[in-house]
Amino acid sequence: MGFNVEQWADVCAVEDIPLRGARVVKTPAGCVALFRTFDGAVFALDDRCPHKGGPLSQGIVHARAVTCPLHGWVISLDTGRAQAPDKGAVRTRRAQVVDGRVRLLVAGADAAAE
Amino acid sequence: MKQKLVVIGNGMAPGRALDKLFQIAPDAYDVTIFNAEPRVNYDRIMLSPVLSGEKSFEEIIIHGDAWYEKNGVTLWKGHKVVAIDREAKTARSERGVVASYDKLIVATGSLPVVIPVPGADLAGVLTYRDLDDVNAMLLAAQSGGRAVVIGGGLLGLEAAAGLKERGMDVTVLHLMPTLMERQLDEAAGHLLQKAIEARGIAVRTKANTEAILGTDPALGPPRARAVRLDDGTEIEADLVVMAVGIRPNVQLAKEAGLAVNRGVVVDAGMRTSDPDIFALGECAEFEGQCFGLVAPLYEMANVVAARLAGDPAPRFKPSALATRLKVTGVDLFSAGDFAEKPGRDEIVLRDAAQGVYKRLVIENDRIVGVVLYGDTADGAWFFQQLKDGADISDRRETLVFGPAYAGGQALDPMAAVAALPDDTEICGCNGVCKGAIETAIAQFGLTSAEEVRARTKASASCGSCAGLVEKLVALSLGDAYQADARKPICPCTTFSHEEVRRVIVGQALKSIQAVMQALEWKTSCGCAKCRPALNYYLLCAWPEEYRDDAQSRFINERAHANIQKDGTFSVVPRMWGGVTSPAELRAIADVAEKYRIPTVKVTGGQRIDLLGVKKEDLPAVWRDLNKAGLVSGHAYAKGLRTVKTCVGADWCRFGTQDSTGLGIRLEKFLWGSWTPHKVKLAVSGCPRNCAEATCKDIGVVCVDSGYEIHFAGAAGMHVKATELLCRVRTEDEVVEYVAALMQMYREQAAYLDRIYKWAEKVGVEHIRCTLTEDEAARRGYFERFVRSQKSAQIDPWARRAAGEERREFVPLELPRMERSMEIA
Repeated sequence: MGFNVEQWADVCAVEDIPLRGARVVKTPAGCVALFRTFDGAVFALDDRCPHKGGPLSQGIVHARAVTCPLHGWVISLDTGRAQAPDKGAVRTRRAQVVDGRVRLLVAGADAAAE
Repeated sequence: MKQKLVVIGNGMAPGRALDKLFQIAPDAYDVTIFNAEPRVNYDRIMLSPVLSGEKSFEEIIIHGDAWYEKNGVTLWKGHKVVAIDREAKTARSERGVVASYDKLIVATGSLPVVIPVPGADLAGVLTYRDLDDVNAMLLAAQSGGRAVVIGGGLLGLEAAAGLKERGMDVTVLHLMPTLMERQLDEAAGHLLQKAIEARGIAVRTKANTEAILGTDPALGPPRARAVRLDDGTEIEADLVVMAVGIRPNVQLAKEAGLAVNRGVVVDAGMRTSDPDIFALGECAEFEGQCFGLVAPLYEMANVVAARLAGDPAPRFKPSALATRLKVTGVDLFSAGDFAEKPGRDEIVLRDAAQGVYKRLVIENDRIVGVVLYGDTADGAWFFQQLKDGADISDRRETLVFGPAYAGGQALDPMAAVAALPDDTEICGCNGVCKGAIETAIAQFGLTSAEEVRARTKASASCGSCAGLVEKLVALSLGDAYQADARKPICPCTTFSHEEVRRVIVGQALKSIQAVMQALEWKTSCGCAKCRPALNYYLLCAWPEEYRDDAQSRFINERAHANIQKDGTFSVVPRMWGGVTSPAELRAIADVAEKYRIPTVKVTGGQRIDLLGVKKEDLPAVWRDLNKAGLVSGHAYAKGLRTVKTCVGADWCRFGTQDSTGLGIRLEKFLWGSWTPHKVKLAVSGCPRNCAEATCKDIGVVCVDSGYEIHFAGAAGMHVKATELLCRVRTEDEVVEYVAALMQMYREQAAYLDRIYKWAEKVGVEHIRCTLTEDEAARRGYFERFVRSQKSAQIDPWARRAAGEERREFVPLELPRMERSMEIA
């Protein structure tokens, strides 16, 4: 993998992700959850809770966190880490918003195609 | 075997990274540090107090020699690394020490900027960067004399204050019109200048240095003697300190062939273009930005430590920065961005007498910039608000006064309440003043806010004064007060479910945001606990007006199916009263085969569960079921689930009434209603009770003379037999009483309380009296239930099968990948 080779894939329009909600995107690296927070920021995390693999994309999004629908773990969208007292982290992916389109990194560090 | 970690640089950032690394992976690496400075790691931020004499060097050491020993770290003091061989994976110091590495950290820091004017290389011209500079300044200060500090930024002012403290005559030259223009706005810059001048330091702004003049070479080695500005002014100086900025020290990294712009380029994992080499601190450049303040550098350090320990998750994300000036007697705090731009406005507080200036810059109801001068006690709080992006629209008027007034954590809210005069009106709705409440508490021995409400009506209407009433009770009772009598919904608020419900109705609040605003929610958009509760309360209070917020629903209610452990869903169509038909069964069988549904199971509620349905198949599954007349069974809902029945008088030799028919009638009447928690019913045809009606939320037992209506049973985590509500003679009466009970529960219970829990709280007898003895109340509940059902009885499956909420069910796809992506 070359350091400067970053490739971003266009996934959807920002509005395709509900505010305080999420969408799932299927990638070669597995399902990735795209979140849009109250302030319009977009985050990408692997769609697997570190606890029992629950689909985080199905959880309730609040502030910059999501509550897993299976057992209520709260996962930080910034870091992928579980809120104490729970321990563990899910891999974060890199997403960005350019001209109203959500893009996901598919080649480069932390790419979703690795 | 341990891996070898070599660190080039011994500043605060690598020091923090190693601290963290030893904490999370103590035995992972053998560590070698090269430090160009001949000493251990110290707190560079505290150099100014050392200069001014407030602290000694020993006091600002972060890692003493013992730390290196304890952690088995080899420290080469005074060794400047001159070459990195990435092929051989070694680093070599000027003095010839070679260390090989598996992982390397480049933390070479920054170099002070020297302005390229004639005379900049004269003796007596210093920069202000490390302990050597401080020592040189201290030496110069010993003989007194005049000092000129070039640069009126953070470092320059600290240096000037320190030198003044040490007895020199000091002049600060600053190129820009106001001091610290990057951190301060104009107004604060002027205040700062006054304060600096008041300490006896001369300040010249718009001062452009043209040259540093030296002594006559004929009189010995030339030294600095004056600074000349471009307007010709000459200012005498025995010491000149340049404090005009820093630039990343990237020479070594550049020579090693690493990607370098202004700084050493790193990704969010702090990796350079060589995956085995990290860079952090002031030498690193992330997304085009270099960093000089300690907070982001420590962030970087945490990321590096985690990555070294094998955790790929942490990523560096630069956050807003805050600055404090460390000059004794000058209180100054700034954070964020305070430039004037369209769409921004500001809140300014000036207190000329106290020398206080506070300015908050607001954009989209959020703080984006803070400047505090003279009183910086609330700096941290404002900064937190800024970082959190907290919505301040509801406390705008008092925001600038800080947390004590702005609805945040007041310093001592009890003292504030205690200080209120007796005639202060506490409850505006009912005109109850503080004195009246205290008198009532004393006179009637009241012990809770509930009792005060019942006795005085305070907080009985809109409820917004509930917090004050609570505090008055606590004040009056002192240690006898039991605070846990009233539980907040969640940490986002101090209000209980009951109080929130009262306020929603009392103040006619009609959106989640309105509730959060009115009740001063502590979070921007609540949490997974309070949002579903608020959504339900609003739906219940305003059935015709309120628009359900899907994002405040638990996934099952959002997707109208039950999530399973593997992320698939289960689908349960309604079977009215547990009765089905060959056509329905055939449709269910067809759907199970068509969508390869792995498990088909009969539930405890007399219907069929299809388990393992993929989310994207749900709308199609529902469409097929709809075609056979099957609708959602709401097996996922905090709402009406099933009405279990026995066969009753139609078939059973003991049956007294048509229990199946009544069950179907009840289910058709009640379905679709949202309730605080799930509601399960049963109708038994005789006292043998084959439908097990006496452990349900609501149960009907048919008898010869009519019907017994029971309620508040439980057969889950708790097992509890029902209570008898009443006996009635006709089916119509059953329907009216049951619907009224449902509505009373809907309007009163806390979210996620089953009927039995609610009954425990308000009292079985209270419910029984209301519904059986107060006909007007019963009719009211019944009619409100009927009205609410008009907008509730819509099959959610049919709407989604027709395409509503499509994005909930359709996953996104990546565009077709090009070849280069596959390589990656």
